[in-house]
Amino acid sequence: MNIRLSLTVNDESRELLVPVHKTLLEVLREDLDLIGTKHGCELGECGTCTVLVDGAPVLSCIALPADLQDSDITTVEGMADGSRLHPLQQAFAELGAAQCGYCTPGILLTAKALLADDPTPTRQRIREALAGNLCRCTGYTKILDAVELAALRMGQRPVRAMT
Amino acid sequence: MIRLPAFEYLAPRTVGDAVKYLADRGADAMLVAGGTDLFPNMKRGQFEPKALVGLRGIRELSGVSGDGRAGLTIGAATTLSAVAAHPEVARRYPALATAAGLVSSPQLRNAATLGGNVCVDTRCNWYNQSYEWRKAVGFCMKKDGDICLVAPGSSRCWAVSSSDTAPVLWALGATARLAGPAGERTLPVSALYQDDGIAYLAKRPDEILTELALPAADGWDSVYLKLRRRGSFDFPVLGVAVAVRREGEVVREARVVLGAVASTPREAAAASTALVGQRLTSESITRAAEAAAGPAKPLDNTDFTHPYRKRLVRVYVARALARLAGLDAGPSSFDGFEGRPGFPGEPRALAGGVRGGSSPPRLNNQGAISGPPPST
Repeated sequence: MNIRLSLTVNDESRELLVPVHKTLLEVLREDLDLIGTKHGCELGECGTCTVLVDGAPVLSCIALPADLQDSDITTVEGMADGSRLHPLQQAFAELGAAQCGYCTPGILLTAKALLADDPTPTRQRIREALAGNLCRCTGYTKILDAVELAALRMGQRPVRAMT
Repeated sequence: MIRLPAFEYLAPRTVGDAVKYLADRGADAMLVAGGTDLFPNMKRGQFEPKALVGLRGIRELSGVSGDGRAGLTIGAATTLSAVAAHPEVARRYPALATAAGLVSSPQLRNAATLGGNVCVDTRCNWYNQSYEWRKAVGFCMKKDGDICLVAPGSSRCWAVSSSDTAPVLWALGATARLAGPAGERTLPVSALYQDDGIAYLAKRPDEILTELALPAADGWDSVYLKLRRRGSFDFPVLGVAVAVRREGEVVREARVVLGAVASTPREAAAASTALVGQRLTSESITRAAEAAAGPAKPLDNTDFTHPYRKRLVRVYVARALARLAGLDAGPSSFDGFEGRPGFPGEPRALAGGVRGGSSPPRLNNQGAISGPPPST
């Protein structure tokens, strides 16, 4: 059963015809070539495939695109502003908050949602927000440091005019 | 890529249409809301529906209305994140906010729904495995096989009720509204379950759970404690929901309901009885906790050993009551994240607040039920 989908991904409208049982993860990677979203366990147990739906982190491996046609979907490709990295991406790069990097897109997006909700989170709040993202390399310390650094910088930056 | 098997997808906009679609497709159809339990199970072959009736597009199924004074109604498709964050739920029904906020992980809770958690499939170490794993051990009666691999001599399935919110809703005296081809009916959450790992719901397959209604909260306090290995992701291997109504300091009504100790949430009626007419003191708490351990008969089919899980019933009921009594004095509510370094075998308790409290339950004047739980 194919379905005609109209999705809004990273502020772009995308029209496509796909089998209705394809998950959002499969559609992003295989039909929209947005391979920044990684596939990990594919069973909802690792957080690697996290994307934002209307600003909230959800797992694309167990989400049906058919349900998300009225929503704004953000993937890691939508974080940078042109060639200018998102402050989270900048902080992760500077602090080495990634080793293999496989979990990084999901963690960046989850942290982005956290900072939108709470621009000055405590370390405990960051831990709780990231409690659905497994990282098998880093031991998390530098990830937490990077989110704190990004929060600090984003708080100091003057608000830019929307264009 | 582990892919979903093909299915027909139906996305009704009204409960009436959903009931109709479900009746039309019969046993070939299943309901889906958040999909956080159903889709992984479909990928592993536990569920093989030919059609799915999606509930996410039905506006009337989402949202919270009412208040603690008159009672609160929560649409079954309200996400667990929304339930946990709702100010009136957090203030007047704190155990429910806690339970909803401890299900799985933040990402899951943004999609998973209260109705889905109430109806969540029972779990077992012999069942929640890949198709290949289950095939290798010869399958069990819950799916594709004939016998129970936990208790091979048994004629029934012993998979474990693994909902965090169900014992809480039961303890709070909530009712469930069901819509089906014959119309609507309402039944207490306590009547929604059956003690069978396969037929664990009294809801008929052609019925849709549409809302959960909580009675007025005046005078009631509640708390929920959850045992699991990790501070996130894991299903409960023990849940303790306690609700008490006090006049002054004297308990007038009490309900202690245990999760993950059987195929259904199980009320520890003797514990409830032991509390009525009493003040919450270390002595009455100890008696009630002893009484609560009776109905809990966990089998060796989840994480941790079953004697340990049985032993922890008493400990957790005592902690929950100590928290309600204000006898707790620990530093952090999220000791699943902070505090002791973790190592395999050490259980982690995650506890939420009751009426703004944020300390872990701990009876500081009662050696037997203070301090960290013993490791296995």
